[in-house]
Amino acid sequence: MSLSPDDVKRIARLARIEIDDSQALASQSQLNTIFDLIATMQAVDTQGIAPMAHAQEVTQRLRADSVTETDHHAAFQAIAPAVENGLYLVPKVIE
Amino acid sequence: MSDASLNALAAQLAAKQVSSRELAQQYLDRITALNPSLNAFITVDADKTLAEAATADARIAAGRAGPLTGVPIAHKDIFCTDGWLTTCGSKMLHNFVAPYDAHVIQRFKAAGMPSLGKTNMDEFAMGSSNETSYFGAVKNPWNTAYVPGGSSGGAAACVAARLAPAATGTDTGGSIRQPAALCGITGLKPTYGLVSRFGMIAFASSLDQAGPMAPSAEDCALLLNVMTGFDPNDSTSLERDKEDYTRDLEQPLTGLRIGLPREFFAEGLNNEVAASVEAAVTELKKLGATTIEISLANSQLAIPVYYVLAPAEASSNLSRFDGVRYGYRAPEYTNLDDMYCKTRAQGFGAEVKRRILIGAYVLSHGYYDAYYLQAQKIRRLIANDFTEAFKSCDVILGPTAPGTAFKLGEKSDNPVEMYLNDLYTIPANLAGLPGMSLPCGFDSQGLPIGLQLVGNYFSEAKMLNVAHQYQRATDWHARVPEGLK
Repeated sequence: MSLSPDDVKRIARLARIEIDDSQALASQSQLNTIFDLIATMQAVDTQGIAPMAHAQEVTQRLRADSVTETDHHAAFQAIAPAVENGLYLVPKVIE
Repeated sequence: MSDASLNALAAQLAAKQVSSRELAQQYLDRITALNPSLNAFITVDADKTLAEAATADARIAAGRAGPLTGVPIAHKDIFCTDGWLTTCGSKMLHNFVAPYDAHVIQRFKAAGMPSLGKTNMDEFAMGSSNETSYFGAVKNPWNTAYVPGGSSGGAAACVAARLAPAATGTDTGGSIRQPAALCGITGLKPTYGLVSRFGMIAFASSLDQAGPMAPSAEDCALLLNVMTGFDPNDSTSLERDKEDYTRDLEQPLTGLRIGLPREFFAEGLNNEVAASVEAAVTELKKLGATTIEISLANSQLAIPVYYVLAPAEASSNLSRFDGVRYGYRAPEYTNLDDMYCKTRAQGFGAEVKRRILIGAYVLSHGYYDAYYLQAQKIRRLIANDFTEAFKSCDVILGPTAPGTAFKLGEKSDNPVEMYLNDLYTIPANLAGLPGMSLPCGFDSQGLPIGLQLVGNYFSEAKMLNVAHQYQRATDWHARVPEGLK
């Protein structure tokens, strides 16, 4: 399989990374060498093999539904690019 | 002083021969003198270090010292550290001062170990040469024209140059072991789940694991005693009884069964590396070990499997960097979507973007089964190979990397060639097994060679025993680069 520059632009769009035509073209050839490497997987017969998502077969721990954290609002917002009245500022999304 | 083991430094502190402040100052002086040529640190803050050392001195004076109280350590810049710049080697976090401590940092603080600073690393831990850092490449202390390996390259270089007696690292596909090998130090990636990932900036969550890096296995055992332990803040943290990882260090190796995977000694392995690793096997046999040839047939597929799973997880983990809550935000944009796209285009470097794109692609509609699911199935086959192998051996031994350090810039334009560096380290991450690298020689250019041990789940004490006994019989781990002594 081989990615076209349009494919690269499509996945860059999915990943919310701005990319122009010349960058898409440059990325395309490097990504294709990586996908050639990845393609060697396809020859393996994995019928009946259970996928392994995690190194340890453990189940998610549950805890009581109670407040365990204190308020870190001020500390967390002190490092934000733009805040006002305790809110994170972003460009307007609803007219 | 700079050559002393952690035990020796702790003994000097306990005997009041040196204070923690004096010790920290000696290392800070070495950092001032040598870091400009190595670039091993992103952040050094002498005032903070000395304040932490003063606290340690007070603890020692009050008789409340632990085994390593007062001994300084350097932390990889992937661990959130309250009040310290925590960049993860990226422009995206170039201005990020963490508002809390990672669990690993909390544990070292509780142990009374002052931080010497934050070490340089490949951006978001994605790289095998430390060249993808936004803060510039780290140089290998054995020869500054060469890479230190990565992604914990700053940690490995600072320990090799004795700018710190020990350092923390993280390992997703070899990021502790490969730089440890290339810089001639000892590094251990624990069993997945043993060390909390809370506050450790995530790359590939099903693979990431923090571990110690230091000159010797004995040092690593002491550090592991500090780092491990259950943490409710990490859902993958394992609830286990606390272990003393130094307990078996002095055990003889009589009867130890070492498995030698034939796939790790096949084509692609540098001859000098092969010869050094084989010489180490001979040494271990002299100490009482026996060897058995084993097969890890599916390990050949570890790299393609890893380059599906790790980018897939990374593309999800790195979606949080959007310029809204912390870190970099593009200066100009037209709307919210444009702000995201420009922030991420400008904030991430080339390798990080490449991996996000791979991840987004393999997870996208129509490709999930062919790539992601197939990779997870082969991951199972790779893990099964290890389970089978451990029926006939106690520890698996091979080279850590296919070669020694390469020149800066030599592989930076060829991602696939760079990825092949992690051929022997990735399988342990995929299986979740503990792995370590220790020095076992030098090539004809004077560059260090690393030996890898992979153990069964939770067999860290056994691996450290093997490494320690080898290090008692050899002195490769005690060598320091000429001119840096």
